[in-house]
Amino acid sequence: MSAADVLTFLMPYEPSPFVWLVCGMALGLFLVGLRRLRRRGRGPSPLAVLAFVLGLLLIYVVLQTRYDYYAQHLFSLHRLQHLVLHHVAPFLIAWAAPQAVFAAAVPNSPIRRFAAVPGVGPLYRGIQQPVVAGVLFVVLIWLWLVPRLHLYAMLNLPLYNLMNWGMAVDGLLFWWMMFNMGDPRSAPGAYFGLRLLVLALIMAPQILIGSSIALSRQDLYDVYALCGRVLPIDAMTDQQIGGLLTWIPAAMMSVAGALVLARRWLELPDAVAPDALVPGPRP
Amino acid sequence: MSPRSEACSAMRRRLIAAAALGLLAATWGCGKQEQPWHSTNITGLMPDLDFTLTDGQGRSVTAADFQGKTCLVYFGFTHCRGICPTTLATLAAAVRDLGPDADQVRVLFVSVDPRRDSPTVLDRYQARFGPQVVGLTGEMPALRALARRYRVGFSYDPPGADGNYVVNHSSAIFAFDGRGRVRLLMREEAGVPALAADLRRLVAE
Repeated sequence: MSAADVLTFLMPYEPSPFVWLVCGMALGLFLVGLRRLRRRGRGPSPLAVLAFVLGLLLIYVVLQTRYDYYAQHLFSLHRLQHLVLHHVAPFLIAWAAPQAVFAAAVPNSPIRRFAAVPGVGPLYRGIQQPVVAGVLFVVLIWLWLVPRLHLYAMLNLPLYNLMNWGMAVDGLLFWWMMFNMGDPRSAPGAYFGLRLLVLALIMAPQILIGSSIALSRQDLYDVYALCGRVLPIDAMTDQQIGGLLTWIPAAMMSVAGALVLARRWLELPDAVAPDALVPGPRP
Repeated sequence: MSPRSEACSAMRRRLIAAAALGLLAATWGCGKQEQPWHSTNITGLMPDLDFTLTDGQGRSVTAADFQGKTCLVYFGFTHCRGICPTTLATLAAAVRDLGPDADQVRVLFVSVDPRRDSPTVLDRYQARFGPQVVGLTGEMPALRALARRYRVGFSYDPPGADGNYVVNHSSAIFAFDGRGRVRLLMREEAGVPALAADLRRLVAE
């Protein structure tokens, strides 16, 4: 691969200043906050830093490089794009829990002022209820795979952006809720069991949607044939790979999430373990 | 009531009014029962027809040159063995079906293979399908821009021993009305009668 090929790959297919701004600001603020914390001898672990930067980079790459061109013209690569936007990248970012780093970068966070706007707080807490977030997570996957809506999204650029950015935002909300819910001091066990249950429950519809696409005998999404598959791959193979990506790795992310959650549950200080809350004389 | 809560309730009233208006508009839209098209209605989903390309005589032509005509845009290449000639033959037959109104329609065949499809080659090719088929091509940047505008892709397979190569391209037929607005996504498989019926409606508008 020559330097020109690399440059061609790095050029966005549909340039979006909005994505540059959001990703650039997120990275910039993170680096500023990280430097400040490090100077005070604190800060996240190198692994958390890596997870955050990798998550952000993945979102940028699937949205603003030549990859997006291929994702527009192959169902399988489109499904991989959504796997990254909805599952993998937000998972990494939420796992890295960068809120302390951002707080160090912007001490008087405008987000706090935004949260004080009437209606925003309750709305946020509402969609961050584990069951609501889980339903939202699955419904969004299903919605954009309704063949007619999928066709419209692939033809209309604003709708296409809404779909992709919506997947990233919902992914962040969902995994954020999973890994960073509540204030650990006031609600130590905040719905740990419920969150694990939601992780398990969202697997079933994803398996159902993915397998019904992978095992279908008909070309469900003819928009890819209509708009030209840019790699020599036949329609059914493309659809089967896309279905498998929606089915197996997507559902496996629930297992990975459950492992993270289970470990955090076990790491809770003994002082807040359920038996410690029972009043009475200690042995 | 404090001024703040008053402002709040005024805003809420305005919001409710806007929502009610939106709902009304939506139900009114549903009330207008329209015959479904044979093809997929994509009105408003894509940008208006706009291009600067070269025709079979080597002249520069733009979308404005086709104002007032119902335009069908199809991407392909003249060395195509299967789908391009089949599609163009189907479209030509559907256009002929309109009788005297056939002249209100233009089939814009955009070749995405400018290396082999010179204006001369295109001119000879379009003659096979009748006077309403117009072969167009252009420089690679213009073709890429047009393909991106209509969200279609094309690519070239490696050439065989004889130097010939296959071009992977779209099969969609985008129909634009006389004002250059995108209206329908047509499929060749729909067949001549269905395509002709849709064309007749578009021309009659």
